[in-house]
Amino acid sequence: MATTTVPPSPSAKLNRIGLEMTHYKGNKTTLCAGCGHNAISERIIEACYEMGVEPHRVAKLSGIGCSSKSPAYFLNSAYGVNAVHGRMPSVATGAMLANRHLIAMGVSGDGDTASIGVGQFVHLMRRNLPIIYIIEDNGCYGLTKGQFSATADLGSKLKTGVINDLPPIDTCALAIQLGATYVARSFSGDKRQLLALIKGAIAHHGTSMLDVISPCVTFNDHEGSTKSYSYVKDHDSPVADVNFVPFFDDITVDYDPGTTKDITLHDGSHVLLRKVNVDYDPTDKGAALHMLTESHDKGEILTGLFYVAPEKPTFIDQLNILDEPLATLPESKVRPPKEVLDQVMQSLM
Amino acid sequence: MATIHAEPQADSSPAGQQQIINNLSIQVATVNGSGSQTANLVLLRAIFQMGIPVSGKNLFPSNIAGLPTWFTIRASQHGFIARRRDSEYMVAMNPETAEEDVMTLKPGAACVYDERLNLKRLREDVIFYPVPFDQLVTPVCPDARLRKLVRNMIYDGILARLLGIEMEEIHKALQKQFKKKAKAAELNWNAARAGHEYAEKNLVKADPYKLERMNATAGKILIEGNAATALGALFAGVTVVTWYPITPSSSVCETLTEYMKRYRIDQETGKATFAIVQAEDELAALGMALGAGWAGARSMTSTAGPGISLMAEFVGFGYYVEIPAVIFDIQRVGPSTGLPTRTAQGDIISTALLSHGDTMHPMYLPCSVSECFSMAMDSFNLAEELQTPVFVMSDLDLGMNTWMSEPFEYPTKPISRGKVLSAEQVRQMGGFQRYKDVDGDGIGYRTLPGTPDRLCGWFARGSGHNEKAIYSERPDVYVNNMDRLAHKFETARTKMPPPVVVHGATNEVGIIAYGTSHWAIEESLGQLRREYKIDAGYCRLRAFPFTREVHDFINRYERVYVIDQNRDAQMLGLLRLECSAEEISKLRSVRHYDGLPIDARSVTDEIASQEGAN
Ligand SMILES: Cc1ncc(C[n+]2csc(CCOP(=O)(O)OP(=O)(O)O)c2C)c(N)n1
Ligand code: SF4
Ligand SMILES: [Mg+2]
Repeated sequence: MATTTVPPSPSAKLNRIGLEMTHYKGNKTTLCAGCGHNAISERIIEACYEMGVEPHRVAKLSGIGCSSKSPAYFLNSAYGVNAVHGRMPSVATGAMLANRHLIAMGVSGDGDTASIGVGQFVHLMRRNLPIIYIIEDNGCYGLTKGQFSATADLGSKLKTGVINDLPPIDTCALAIQLGATYVARSFSGDKRQLLALIKGAIAHHGTSMLDVISPCVTFNDHEGSTKSYSYVKDHDSPVADVNFVPFFDDITVDYDPGTTKDITLHDGSHVLLRKVNVDYDPTDKGAALHMLTESHDKGEILTGLFYVAPEKPTFIDQLNILDEPLATLPESKVRPPKEVLDQVMQSLM
Repeated sequence: MATIHAEPQADSSPAGQQQIINNLSIQVATVNGSGSQTANLVLLRAIFQMGIPVSGKNLFPSNIAGLPTWFTIRASQHGFIARRRDSEYMVAMNPETAEEDVMTLKPGAACVYDERLNLKRLREDVIFYPVPFDQLVTPVCPDARLRKLVRNMIYDGILARLLGIEMEEIHKALQKQFKKKAKAAELNWNAARAGHEYAEKNLVKADPYKLERMNATAGKILIEGNAATALGALFAGVTVVTWYPITPSSSVCETLTEYMKRYRIDQETGKATFAIVQAEDELAALGMALGAGWAGARSMTSTAGPGISLMAEFVGFGYYVEIPAVIFDIQRVGPSTGLPTRTAQGDIISTALLSHGDTMHPMYLPCSVSECFSMAMDSFNLAEELQTPVFVMSDLDLGMNTWMSEPFEYPTKPISRGKVLSAEQVRQMGGFQRYKDVDGDGIGYRTLPGTPDRLCGWFARGSGHNEKAIYSERPDVYVNNMDRLAHKFETARTKMPPPVVVHGATNEVGIIAYGTSHWAIEESLGQLRREYKIDAGYCRLRAFPFTREVHDFINRYERVYVIDQNRDAQMLGLLRLECSAEEISKLRSVRHYDGLPIDARSVTDEIASQEGAN
């Protein structure tokens, strides 16, 4: 062995599958400095790194918008599709049908999801496709320069002074009602909570829908906006402190059964919900919806994991598809033999 | 395929009347939802089983029950299977249209009708056969609720007697139609027999039309175009099917679903080697097909004009990002909802150039059920070889009507997946550039998501991108990429099937047609020769982009008639895009766009008129 080896840099720590954090990075962001979306990309990188996600299995998917650009800024060695505006869910669905072993990581915006894309969003939630679906929610259309989106709160103000006079669509309530099986809201500035929620989403088997309030510093981070950094900091009300313990770690860390609710996810990981509201049961759909409506009336921005149903079969399970990816099945499995054609022809004579 | 002979000869019957054998059209006018489809298909099949070339066209309303519907059965000893404008035989069952129906008949035609309608008073030059349907159905069908459905089988028996269709063949056809439903088959059989007996005792044959056993259908099959398309997809090895219901395309995916469940379950595991999803709309259907194509599946969707319109943005995306998918367009009458249950070739231009920006798409143009089958298979190979959305342009006439055909041939070509790199190959090359034209054919190499190497990943984006698939707005990068795509389209041209060309005796008149117009042209060529001494050449297009042979054909003839089943001469428009000024100057147009399948007479008369021949 050579004596003059370069000392490993502190960042060269390897994860569970032997990759460095740099393996999970993307291209340099072209979004505005301070844009909430960038912070979310960073959490995605950390979550994938810490969970030991294999980058080649990740299908990064998005629609159109500043938010939908962000898949270029994480996991460079993964595969990606930047689809058309509001239609990423269908592309994700097709990709997962073709290869059920992919990890679909979808990133959308509030415009992309709740306006032009609400039709596909609704059906995606309903199918419980295995996907991590993150809405980078800034209450406006960043890329087309700040118009209101359908998640903008009633009375919220645009920089130009225009006031929003329509009620918002609550994407979390919608997702829960429609059948998504892991539904949470977070804030791009809450590193700890967001990281735990993304990790939980990666471990979850089914549709994970994360609405992440992500201020647009250029068009929607001023007084009068309800999606600004300061407004969210003041009104954020976590349902419970979320902690995540991956299946490959020991569950004993920090575990206090008296004040902690433990939810075991499909792959054996745990989401631990602590303290704030220990009575809250995130497996109760009705309670989740009730809580969201109540907090909305109080003007709070509730964050945390609202609903989880780890055992519900996914769309892929329901279709009874072969375990091997359909994409790479050999001809012998996909082209029936000549006898089949002969038999069909005979029946038509 | 039919050979072209002179018009049928009339024989003499013992009674001295001229008999006309195996050459007639029967039009059945009923109300939809009344079970007439079964009676009509049984009739069609029985004639087919007698060895007589036959075709059936269903003209139905966009409605579930209660509106008029017509079914035309044409028997032709010469094998002509296009629609005919006139019928020799009418079965008038629909009180609402009966009077009008009778008025359309040629003098000397025959009309079987429901006695209650009292049609006899309307015409003296038509031979009438009144039948008391209600009286006949009651004893054979004690259950009053079923009578409406069984009633129509009575006319099968009447026609069998009047025209000489063998009852044994009606019986066989019935059993085939009802497969395992023995009870229903028997009920219907009794109704047919009651009709036959009634005719035997009460009706005196007074028309010259007769069907006689011949031997021109042995070994042939009867199938709808959409079922043939479904079979093509099945044997093409399709793995992901996504669709949204729309007439006239729904039966493609519905039939395919049946076939897949039957023949594509993995024997070892009992699991499906496919996924079929009924999407929330056509945008989602194509989005799913493209997502699947990107991830490596053989994917397809099927639709009609309104769906094509909705798919426009995604098709441009597929073109630019270069993702394979097959889109079957079963064309119907537009614009907008148009006449949803009538046929047209109405999406030719919009599909060839679908989406914004510079886009062009390969299209197959099947004319027959056997081409529905073979072109479905070819289209999947082409889509993957070219890495682009490929269209197969069928229509309602082809897709939803029952056609006679030679049995389909098992594919001889292996499945072709195009340029897909494995991790190993990428590693050996030290990486790859997704959009680089390595081979000079405009087609880059791709990797499939999930290929396990960090060098294999790439980002598909509908925005400007360079050879490495990285975002770029540079003018030169954009131009290079668009030029490569244009070059790829030239590669497509070399892979498309050439037209089928039959030359005429002189080089004066040429005819270019495509799709279901073929069957009218085949018959019209003979009419033009016999009646107008026009011996035309015929070029049947099978695909867009056009191959060299199309230009050769145009150059050879002085005047070239392009036959379109649309108002705006859409194929002529596409030819104009690709032809020289001299070629364009020769092109004339024959258009047919009333929602009914094109017939030979319309083509013949229009060409003759433009030729100044009449
Ligand atoms: C079919 C179509 N219509 C409109 C646009 C223009 N457009 C681009 S991004 C966007 C809004 C994006 O808003 P959002 O999803 O909230 O993303 P953000 O930029 O706020 O992150 C719109 C309307 C488009 N690209 N495509
Ligand atoms: S415009 Fe707004 S959403 Fe877009 S990058 Fe800038 S800060 Fe982010
Ligand atoms: Mg937004």
